[in-house]
Amino acid sequence: MGVLASDPGRGGTVTAAANGAAAEAPPDGDVLLDVRHLVQEFVLRDYGGAKGGVLQAVSDVSFELHVGETLGIVGETGSGKSTLARSVIQAPPPKHGQVIFQGRDLVGLPRTALKAARRNLQMVFQDPFTSLDPTWPVSRIVEEPLTAYAVGTRQERRQRVRELLDLVGLDPARHGARHPRELSGGQCQRVAVARALALEPKLILCDEPVSSLDVLVQAQVLNLFEKLRSELSLSYLFIAHDLTLVRQVSDRVAVMYLGKLCEIGPVRAIYSEPLHPYTLALLTSVPDPDPARAKRDPASVIKGELPSPLDPPSGCRFRTRCPRAADRCVVEVPELRALGAGRLVACHYPLADGSPPAERGEPHIAASSAGTSQVPAAEADI
Amino acid sequence: MPRLRERGRAAPAPGGSEPSAVGMTPGAVLEVEDLRVTFRTRLGTVYAVQGISFAVEPGRTLAVIGESGSGKTVSARAIMGLLPRSADVSGSIRFKGEQVVGRSNNEMRDYRGRNVAMVFQNPERSLNPTMRVGYQIAEAITTHEPMDRRQARERTIELLKMVRIPAPEQRFHEYPHQLSGGMRQRVVIAIALACGPEVLIADEATTALDVTTQAQIMDLLLDLQRETGTALLMISHDMSLAAAYSEDVVVMYAGKIVERASARDLFAGVRMPYTQALLDAIPRIDTEPHVLLPVVGGRPPDQSVLRDGCPFAPRCPDVQQDCRDHAPPLRQHEPDRWWACWHPIQGGAAR
Repeated sequence: MGVLASDPGRGGTVTAAANGAAAEAPPDGDVLLDVRHLVQEFVLRDYGGAKGGVLQAVSDVSFELHVGETLGIVGETGSGKSTLARSVIQAPPPKHGQVIFQGRDLVGLPRTALKAARRNLQMVFQDPFTSLDPTWPVSRIVEEPLTAYAVGTRQERRQRVRELLDLVGLDPARHGARHPRELSGGQCQRVAVARALALEPKLILCDEPVSSLDVLVQAQVLNLFEKLRSELSLSYLFIAHDLTLVRQVSDRVAVMYLGKLCEIGPVRAIYSEPLHPYTLALLTSVPDPDPARAKRDPASVIKGELPSPLDPPSGCRFRTRCPRAADRCVVEVPELRALGAGRLVACHYPLADGSPPAERGEPHIAASSAGTSQVPAAEADI
Repeated sequence: MPRLRERGRAAPAPGGSEPSAVGMTPGAVLEVEDLRVTFRTRLGTVYAVQGISFAVEPGRTLAVIGESGSGKTVSARAIMGLLPRSADVSGSIRFKGEQVVGRSNNEMRDYRGRNVAMVFQNPERSLNPTMRVGYQIAEAITTHEPMDRRQARERTIELLKMVRIPAPEQRFHEYPHQLSGGMRQRVVIAIALACGPEVLIADEATTALDVTTQAQIMDLLLDLQRETGTALLMISHDMSLAAAYSEDVVVMYAGKIVERASARDLFAGVRMPYTQALLDAIPRIDTEPHVLLPVVGGRPPDQSVLRDGCPFAPRCPDVQQDCRDHAPPLRQHEPDRWWACWHPIQGGAAR
């Protein structure tokens, strides 16, 4: 039911987003990955297999990723960022849309051709303990992709494994024979990175690769990603819920909310001048380690919960939590449009550019939520 | 380090016991002194906590910061009396001047929940997936205060309102899987607050949550603290969380406290190189893209061996020979500032 209702709307969004994306593509480098109107839905089944609701995980997302570029994707849990990454590697393939990787559409590709394409497309997952086979020694884990693609002789593969472990900062002699449980979280994540690098991919999809690690280890692994990027001229799709992490590794950032792109643009611009109210809300939620700046205005904390993706709000999906929401947001889906250099935003009333976000955005937010969220009225909030 | 400001805010204690006269911090509700925890394992003894002392005052927030394995969670569990039998706890933990270490199970059951309560990291694991959330909260209430079902239900709905769960009457009948992560953590907080504890321990309570939800939950905890005067012991690995939400900070490394100060003083000028390393490793909103973070190599030491020398010496950028020979004690060097380092960073700043 939800699908039928939103189908005509989707058709309209499609063309507009495509035009915008084509017009505002940053010029540097060739396009490595071109995702067009990607839609991923999951049909929920009731008892007896009767069709229940349709969970709209990713709704019409388009973006490009250039050679040597890192695109950060941020959003809350349930924003569809992990599903987006999985749809890109065709696990499972998306319902609609195209995933053009190295000039070839991966959607609907036969198995053998897909396997060949995936050689250049690897993934690093969030939890290093569950993404590594606990019964295999590290060297076998790292060798597996080489075996699967029948690369070289056994001797050559062994040599390559040693090189890879060395590259990610593990000692092949000491760590190669160990099992994942004998390693720390950071070391396991290094193994996962070595495995992803084994086939010399062009693009690595990183799904929250450092979220489960301690701060110091996290910094070590982030530095490893940076080092590999410059040494091996890799491209990354870097998914995280933490804006600060994304900022450090990314050239451009895409912000997702409930399956849709809110905003995409160069890192510096997004962080200094967010255009979408959701981006501003995410930025103000990050605690700052400088107490002088750490005392946030409690009114700027985004209220409420992510709406159900089974029945997303009409119009703009963020409107139910947006301090700037107006009548137009209820009826009209905001389309991704160009606003500023290399930037796209999907908002009817974007935060105007020109002034810093602190002066621009907060009065709006504070004003619209006054009375419910000011400090003296905290009790009234219950 | 007495603080006069907040003390008046403390909620009247249900038992009405008097503040301790022997305590090192007047006005403290919970005092930990020279706490040591060792685990006997098949592979030898692990010295998880090696003599730590701190105090929590009503209405204030103390952040305990450290990496995995620094002993912060073990300390919290020692305070709650939730350590396994293989653990040996020595030193003293005093709640309102009364010794907690060595109490019997029955006495501990009464103390847990009513005096000190804890919110754990993973709400999925701390809630029973087969029980409705309302029942789980009501169970926590009726365990400590005998009342009939109707009263318990009313109190539960009150608690759900207190933790800002919308439509509490409806949520009462729902199962944990029907709630989002943030809502589940609110339920866990409601359970923790069910019997009006005077100390609330939040052990990485927001680590598993999104930044937006984290901000909501932290604001909720601080609001509740303002309303009830509860002392909050916040355990985290995140320095920025401590900067944003706590008044006092204790930094732990390898089972020891290495630095202790008020949040304002600490972030104005870090003294201990380990604290500085923790701060440096956090990417900031304003760091430039593709810049490498300054990191210290290595890993925390193996705590099954007791060594001479500073535990951080093998990783410390400013290490000197005396650091390797003798461990620096945690000493008060400035008013309200303690650190355990022979060569503190002079006028060090939080970048």
